[in-house]
Amino acid sequence: MFDVLIIGGGVIGCSVAKYLSEYQLKIGLLEKASDVCELTSKANSGIVHSGIDAHPGSLKATLNLQGNQMMESFCKELDVPFIRNGSLILCFEESDYPDLLRLYDQGVKNEVPGIKILNQEELLQLEPNLNPHVYAGILAPSGGIVDPFKLTLMQAEVASTNGVSFFLQTTVFYIQKKQDYFQVETSKGVFQAKLIVNAAGIYADEFNNQVSNHILKIIPRKGEYCLFDKQVGSLVKHTIFQLPTPLGKGVVVTPTTDGNLLLGPTAYDILDKEDISTTVEGLKFVVEKGKKTIKEVPMSFVITAFAGLRATEANGDFILGESQDVPNFFNAAGMESPGLSAAPAIGVYLGNQITTKLRAKKKDHFVTRNKSVVDFDKLSLTEKARYIENDHDFGQIVCRCELVTLAQIKEAIHRPLGATTIDGIKRRTRAGSGRCQGGFCSPRILDILSKELHKDPKEIAKSSEQSTYLVGLDKELL
Amino acid sequence: MRNVDVCIIGGGPAGLAAALSARKEGIENILILERETFLGGILNQCIHNGFGLHTFKEELTGPEYAARYVQMVEEASIPVLLDTMVIDISKDKVVTAISPQAGLIQIQAISIVLAMGCRERPRGALNIPGFRPSGIYSAGTAQRYVNIEGFLPGKEVVILGSGDIGLIMARRMTLEGAHVLMVCEILPFSGGLKRNIVQCLDDFNIPLRLSHTITKIHGKYRVEGVTVQQVSLDKTPIAGTEEFVACDTILLSVGLIPENELSRKAGLKIHTTTQGPLVNDRFETSIPGVFACGNVLHVHDLVDWVSQEAEFAGQFAAQFVKLGSQISRLLPIVCGYGIRYTVPTTLCIDSMKTLTTVRFRVTDVFKDYYLDVFVGQVRVSHQKKRIVAPGEMESILFKKHWLDSKTEDEEITILLQKE
Ligand SMILES: Cc1cc2nc3c(=O)[nH]c(=O)nc-3n(C[C@H](O)[C@H](O)[C@H](O)COP(=O)(O)OP(=O)(O)OC[C@H]3O[C@@H](n4cnc5c(N)ncnc54)[C@H](O)[C@@H]3O)c2cc1C
Ligand SMILES: Cc1cc2nc3c(=O)[nH]c(=O)nc-3n(C[C@H](O)[C@H](O)[C@H](O)COP(=O)(O)OP(=O)(O)OC[C@H]3O[C@@H](n4cnc5c(N)ncnc54)[C@H](O)[C@@H]3O)c2cc1C
Repeated sequence: MFDVLIIGGGVIGCSVAKYLSEYQLKIGLLEKASDVCELTSKANSGIVHSGIDAHPGSLKATLNLQGNQMMESFCKELDVPFIRNGSLILCFEESDYPDLLRLYDQGVKNEVPGIKILNQEELLQLEPNLNPHVYAGILAPSGGIVDPFKLTLMQAEVASTNGVSFFLQTTVFYIQKKQDYFQVETSKGVFQAKLIVNAAGIYADEFNNQVSNHILKIIPRKGEYCLFDKQVGSLVKHTIFQLPTPLGKGVVVTPTTDGNLLLGPTAYDILDKEDISTTVEGLKFVVEKGKKTIKEVPMSFVITAFAGLRATEANGDFILGESQDVPNFFNAAGMESPGLSAAPAIGVYLGNQITTKLRAKKKDHFVTRNKSVVDFDKLSLTEKARYIENDHDFGQIVCRCELVTLAQIKEAIHRPLGATTIDGIKRRTRAGSGRCQGGFCSPRILDILSKELHKDPKEIAKSSEQSTYLVGLDKELL
Repeated sequence: MRNVDVCIIGGGPAGLAAALSARKEGIENILILERETFLGGILNQCIHNGFGLHTFKEELTGPEYAARYVQMVEEASIPVLLDTMVIDISKDKVVTAISPQAGLIQIQAISIVLAMGCRERPRGALNIPGFRPSGIYSAGTAQRYVNIEGFLPGKEVVILGSGDIGLIMARRMTLEGAHVLMVCEILPFSGGLKRNIVQCLDDFNIPLRLSHTITKIHGKYRVEGVTVQQVSLDKTPIAGTEEFVACDTILLSVGLIPENELSRKAGLKIHTTTQGPLVNDRFETSIPGVFACGNVLHVHDLVDWVSQEAEFAGQFAAQFVKLGSQISRLLPIVCGYGIRYTVPTTLCIDSMKTLTTVRFRVTDVFKDYYLDVFVGQVRVSHQKKRIVAPGEMESILFKKHWLDSKTEDEEITILLQKE
């Protein structure tokens, strides 16, 4: 019997897991994918919002602001890349100016620090590559960008080190409320727990509805992106929004913490929760919108496109906390944007409620810090020399676009909750996420994974078990 | 810091030929840096034949062609550092490299020859919508799996792009037991050599679908199929022509890009069309003493031209060591109608060779056109071309005397004309 079972290894499930891992609780986390951070938490804008556009007084507003404030030290402790690059919100017509002012007022109400209205000249001075016809904008200096993979992973690793059991490739089918516990049927057997945290992202409604009469309905709202080569990563310094629309924050042009340029997302509701495909129309749309923000969209530098699904719930706010009619069933549902920005604060918010409820005590010993796989590319020459001297595997470049070495790949495999897939390596080291998109390094990484994990190369997959690469030996099928 | 007269970055056919010719020019202190554990470059995975017809007057496989150069380099006792990856080149020609054994190495060179080859264009560059499952490979990656690692990366295969690598992989995958359903080509003509279309597709009854492209990728985990669609001349998909083709593998052979990250970091000027460094007739880049040749300069179809070009680059690099810069008045070459790019982009009025090969590619298929060269207003050459196509690199022998008594304010124009 677990004290707490968390369903979902996205950024929210992992934030809660990390917080709770400091307490004397038996905790399990059930995740259907082969790794944490495989769904919405891996396909978003990676923006730490300033909190300007959340409805005043909502959980979104409060937790976004708290999350934003916590982010810097939180990321430092966990060795997660975070940059407070500031956000701009632009309007292009004089007629939109009143809306911009309204947004500004809302920002003031939400107590977003340091916001300022800028005119055309000031904007162009800050960002010379903006569309010169921009009319005015708001600068929110507290806006930032974060590496969403690392934010999820680094927390999961801490939780794992502190004793949380991660059950990967474990799909939850059904949750049943028993007398004083929950029975959880999964693809890997039945689990029991006193308390459930439902952090299943776009599927959170299903689990809620299995136990509660307060029915939720999550509609997936797709967001498509284009990612550009690092060569054009410094086209803009700030995260640049256009005035928000009823469907969301609109198309953003932003650098990422890795130095790429990101353009997107679209926002339209779909029916199929599995549909993370990109579309012609979607990609066209983001490019068109991007052209409004910046002078020129550097199309010849696109390296990949992807899509994510927002977990949109009709209620409009985060649904966080104990279910009204099911004691010990905690929801983290409707976690659309700014879920990532708020994640550290949500860990505290939900975690607090849970430890109070369970009257849990802190452990005597636990870790709070983490150290990411070393980023060889960013080391100075003398440091590089020293690393290679100590471990020759640092002298062996595996991914040449991102300068990732054999030593880093091996470390990513052998860390707590180590990588078992090509995508897992990519999120931990960036190998394969550069301009050749794994063309050069994926055969090598496949080989390393197979050797280090003592697995048949044919079993090595991109992410899920079904996504293998090799079908046999040469001529085997003849 | 180690001092080297000519430092060669990359030990593929370009690097090897450059090293050999620098030695022929009398340079003793040469060093080749290669990141792989063997020399020969991408040729090592090109196990088909058809290499060397021009250089050796016989048909060799890629590895055989490479082996001849490797042997010559060994016989000339030219020093090589393998398993050594260059990570930086500075403006003052300090080369920084790392290797597992030697650690971090720094080399001060007088001349540098860039010979890093190219890499394949990824799917992202095409922005094909759909899922991102496994089973999508660039053709070169698939070639590596099959020819080097001994694994088959798929059973039912659709190939996008009819460049030579795509064509060759259609045959290779078939020989190794896969079923190649079709090769799609967005253009109305193939970008590959004619002999490859016959020997790699026709001989195996693999259909070549011209003016067709993949407009969607299906399958969330592993590829389950593609939507293939006909396109109009401006490459837009034609509604109503969508066709679902079930397959588990997509090979992308959609072009190569010169590998110029190091060159960019060093501040070299890069050609916007070729994505290779801008060079003059001595293969010298915008930094004096830094030369470039082979696929890092512009993508070649035939390794023979790579070797030829690299031989000159090596020679000029050697002359730079002995004599310093030879560059004075440069005349730009302008691409007129039908010409996509030229290499070099400038010619030196004073120091150019009596005969200099200017290589170029055309923008489209042209039948019965004249290739004209103008210097200023004067037409200096007028050649009939029965057919030229973007897939085949063309060249013209430029005569130094065409520039006699010319000054820097004139320009050279190469263009195609009907008359
Ligand atoms: C297009 C887009 C852009 C966004 N941009 C931003 C932004 O810039 N800033 C920001 O703050 N927020 C942003 N967000 C929101 C943010 O990404 C989410 O709030 C956050 O990632 C949600 O995390 P999660 O853990 O709830 O969901 P997820 O990451 O989806 O995690 C849920 C997990 O549950 C697992 N699961 C589901 N069903 C089962 C089952 N049956 N059994 C076991 N496991 C299961 C899934 O596999 C998944 O790993 C964006 C979202 C989208 C879609
Ligand atoms: C997949 C593929 C198939 C081909 N098939 C044919 C064919 O059928 N017939 C034909 O005639 N031609 C073919 N070619 C073209 C021919 O192989 C090339 O023209 C030729 O190999 C180019 O030679 P190169 O020396 O410029 O580049 P490469 O052969 O690519 O050599 C570049 C070398 O530089 C090294 N290098 C790169 N960066 C660094 C660094 N930073 N530090 C150290 N070393 C570095 C690389 O490891 C490599 O060994 C093919 C090319 C490719 C890519």
